[in-house]
Amino acid sequence: MNELAGTQYIIEATYLIASALFILSLKWMSSPATARHGIWAGELGMLLAIAGTLLHHGMTYQWIAVGLVLGSGIGIPLGMVHMTAVPQRTALSHAFGALCVTLVGTAEFYLGTQNNSRFGLSVLSLEVILGGLTFTGSLMAAGKLQEILPQRPITYKGQNLVNFLLMGVAIASAIYLVLHPEAKILFPVIVGISVVFGVLLIIPIGGADMPTVISLLNGYAGLSAAAMGFVLQNKLLIIAGALDGSSGLILSVIMSKAMNRSFTNVLFGAFGQVQVAAAGAAEAKPVHSATPEEAAAILSAANKVVIVPGYGMAVAQAQHKVRELYDILSKKGVEVRFAIHPVAGRMPGHMNVLLAEADIPYDRLIEMDEINGDFPQTDVALVIGANDVTNPAARSDATSPIYGMPILDVDKAHTVMVIKRSMSPGFAGIDNPLYYLPNTLMLFGDAKQFVGSIVRELSGGH
Amino acid sequence: MGSNLIDALFIFMLACFIGFEVIRHVSPLLHTPLMSLTNALDAIAVVGAIVLVGEHKSRFATILGTIAIIAATSNVVGGFFITDRMLKMFKTSRPTKP
Repeated sequence: MNELAGTQYIIEATYLIASALFILSLKWMSSPATARHGIWAGELGMLLAIAGTLLHHGMTYQWIAVGLVLGSGIGIPLGMVHMTAVPQRTALSHAFGALCVTLVGTAEFYLGTQNNSRFGLSVLSLEVILGGLTFTGSLMAAGKLQEILPQRPITYKGQNLVNFLLMGVAIASAIYLVLHPEAKILFPVIVGISVVFGVLLIIPIGGADMPTVISLLNGYAGLSAAAMGFVLQNKLLIIAGALDGSSGLILSVIMSKAMNRSFTNVLFGAFGQVQVAAAGAAEAKPVHSATPEEAAAILSAANKVVIVPGYGMAVAQAQHKVRELYDILSKKGVEVRFAIHPVAGRMPGHMNVLLAEADIPYDRLIEMDEINGDFPQTDVALVIGANDVTNPAARSDATSPIYGMPILDVDKAHTVMVIKRSMSPGFAGIDNPLYYLPNTLMLFGDAKQFVGSIVRELSGGH
Repeated sequence: MGSNLIDALFIFMLACFIGFEVIRHVSPLLHTPLMSLTNALDAIAVVGAIVLVGEHKSRFATILGTIAIIAATSNVVGGFFITDRMLKMFKTSRPTKP
């Protein structure tokens, strides 16, 4: 008895230290200078907690070992993916986290350890509902990001009603189960509905909404883990889940603000929001276009250049060519900075990671609020693969679907250059008046090739 | 049981506040590595799966638990690994402070 209690104290001590290390880990993420300490703290906490758990009395280890070895085998390649694949990898790992929580919850239900307590059963239901929908929802998101599934939002009439009804049935079943624990048949019903719900939830989501959706799924994954902590009475799990949940929710709020949506709109309305189709056929308005030679001449005559990257840069894999452009312009004494919109790309911070991978110093990457005041003093704003986040209609046209969304004020720069494949409207199908402004030059072509031609022009000219 | 539940709710509430405070100060520059790090930390759910498998209460529970361990461990290993790779890439053009 005494020995058992002693082990229990050691286990709790490892959990206590791990909790502190997890909090420190996130605290150190606040700045790139300390961020890597954060990883070490997190790893140490994780090792301690797992080692402590293995001390539990009366354990058999063979299947644990199998799980740990196979999991590591899957984890290593998942940690080595290319940086452009980070959004889908992140979505996939949300799915794995949710899968773990759902499976453990299901096993606990059939072991029946919680079934005598109403609270236990309620949290258990919450755990599998959140876990189940996050699992399939994240798989769907990963599939869309990897382009295995169609990226186009799929919508149908009454979509929201169907979703709400399904969720209503799941919650009603959960309440009935809590009140009548003998109705065990309802448990697989709850899990089944949640899993289907996750799929339906992501079907209407288009690529531009992905940053918000990934953040939200991150939050759900965290909350489901916290619920699991309540079920297992594990304080470390409650803390880690709460940290992850709050992180996901904060990021969702930031993303939704950057898209001018209220938080409730994101929680309930962003899902299923039908993308507005292009209003009528675009009339043939005149645009000015330029060749790489002309673009190079304008850039080398500039003092201040701001580059605005978007998802198109990631698709074209143009970030390394952009770095060459940055290098050559900096060498000529041009001040080059990058303007990063919070929802540029497919997940929070996506552009920063791609540009950092291309060796662009992070102090050149400027957030929207900081750089917007500088556009009137900017000689050239070079937009590479970004569209809606530069659309001035968001400021001026109350009928525009993106009206009110904070944008990068590139149109205030002396010259705007936009690299774009063609005049076809962007993903959301919204026309961009920026392209018809007198100070805008359209550079038609593939982002990687076009930037490459500019670089060649700049290096050959001198 | 009752007081355990109350304790757990207090812990949850406090952890949420700490989470909000700490994460509010994370630079937007690092939002992608932040997400992969919280993902790795969240995979601490593996401890629940380990206990489930280790106690071996039923064959069904052990099978589900083993799959859960695989899923969570892949998040732990992959999550820390890729976060570290990302953070290594962030360099400044200013000379770094000693």
